[in-house]
Amino acid sequence: MSIFEIMGPAMIGPSSSHTAGAARIGRMASLLFADKIDRAVVKLHGSFADTAVGHGTDRAIIGGLLGFLPDDQRLRSSFELAETEGMEFSLEEVKLREVHPNTAQIELYNREKTKNLELVASSIGGGRIKVTEINGSTVELTGRMPTLWILHQDRPGEVGIITSILGSYKINIAFMQVYRNRKGDIGSCIIEMDDQPNQDVIKDLEKSEDIFQVRYLPRI
Amino acid sequence: MEYATIRELVSLAAAAETSIWQIVLQVEAEEEEVNESDVRKSMLTNLEVMKEAVDYGRQNNIQTGGGLVGDEALKLEKYFASTSEAEQNNIYNKIITYALATAEVNAGMGKIVAGPTAGASGIVPAVVLSIGEHNNLSDQRLVEALFTAAGLGYVVSKKATLAGAAGGCQAECGVGAAMAAGAAVELRGGSPQMAADAFAMALKNLLGLVCDPVAGLVEVPCVKRNAFAAAHAYTASTMALAGIESVIPADEVIMALTEIGDQMPTCLKETSRGGLAVTPTALKIKEDLQ
Repeated sequence: MSIFEIMGPAMIGPSSSHTAGAARIGRMASLLFADKIDRAVVKLHGSFADTAVGHGTDRAIIGGLLGFLPDDQRLRSSFELAETEGMEFSLEEVKLREVHPNTAQIELYNREKTKNLELVASSIGGGRIKVTEINGSTVELTGRMPTLWILHQDRPGEVGIITSILGSYKINIAFMQVYRNRKGDIGSCIIEMDDQPNQDVIKDLEKSEDIFQVRYLPRI
Repeated sequence: MEYATIRELVSLAAAAETSIWQIVLQVEAEEEEVNESDVRKSMLTNLEVMKEAVDYGRQNNIQTGGGLVGDEALKLEKYFASTSEAEQNNIYNKIITYALATAEVNAGMGKIVAGPTAGASGIVPAVVLSIGEHNNLSDQRLVEALFTAAGLGYVVSKKATLAGAAGGCQAECGVGAAMAAGAAVELRGGSPQMAADAFAMALKNLLGLVCDPVAGLVEVPCVKRNAFAAAHAYTASTMALAGIESVIPADEVIMALTEIGDQMPTCLKETSRGGLAVTPTALKIKEDLQ
């Protein structure tokens, strides 16, 4: 752990969990979506719902969806800026089961309504976050290391192909998680790496026949 | 090189005949595989953010989420303007003004450096910047003091907690004051052991502090508490510099912090279900805000 987690981060107040963490959740959602967000539905659970306005949790999540970092002064005026950017949003309360008290559920839609993303993420303290669900699948995504999220055909050898491509670029895998809903269905692979991958790595992965989607998530 | 206790931090500094900040800087550079000058640069950026927050808070009436605070630093500035020169040069007055300024900026969705947390972000900058101004110290010296503070807080985060929800306010403002006290000792020319003693004394005296924010906001009692904790940190540093030692060593005080935090009821740990948060006035404020 870096000492800058103790003397830092530089952030917009008032709360590392309710403001900085909330902004990071929004930003993580926008990075996972990787398209222009036309409409966002943000549902707040627990303490996030109870003290959202006073802590700017609502503004921070919307700001994060617009791509702002936790130290961006624009978080304060994110509602107005969302309107300028043409991003519709609604905020509501929700009661989720067995989640951290500071949790948000976010649904994102693009203009053509052809694509949507639903995720559940929690702010787990000190501005750190954890995405626990993407499109119904349980995951664990923290954004503390450069991360790749890859959707691929669930078949023998597929994970091996992915790791050899990374290996050929001398990228060391620190942590790796593999998920799927059903055998032979679409597999989801989350890879946390020691180093940032360059564009060539991502292109090589995308070229692979049974890989449907590659998202790079920088450290947040 | 590594350290997991305050004692180890002090021993490493003493063995190398240097200060705590130097050890903290060196370990950070090694662990994160970056060179020391880059680590210094990152901390200098933090120092700049701290200065801006103090300046803004001193000059502005800040609109906060709950509207319960916002003009405290401004009031002090106006008050001191009408007092004697001796009063204006009193370092304690500077410290409490700067702490309030930062804590108000935080409450108003302004930019601060969370250290050890956002709610306790006014303490370390108030102490470090005030001593710096009072003694005409360079930014690099202030950056070094921030390393001292960070290293001390790092040990607490490893051994105990920095979250009000887990340990009450003793873990936030208590630890913030302790970090600031240690940093103040090194800025004022004291030894690593003196910094550890100041840390221990400051933390000891805030053990048991509960987290009972009104309406769940980081406003009451948080903002004013930053000023008290900052003055408290400076007091601890002065005692340590005079050779006053903490009978209970710093690492054992951290153990006590954990034990007290564990025994503290949940209603007094950032849930707003006890203490000041359930007073008639607090409940009325909460109702009015909803």
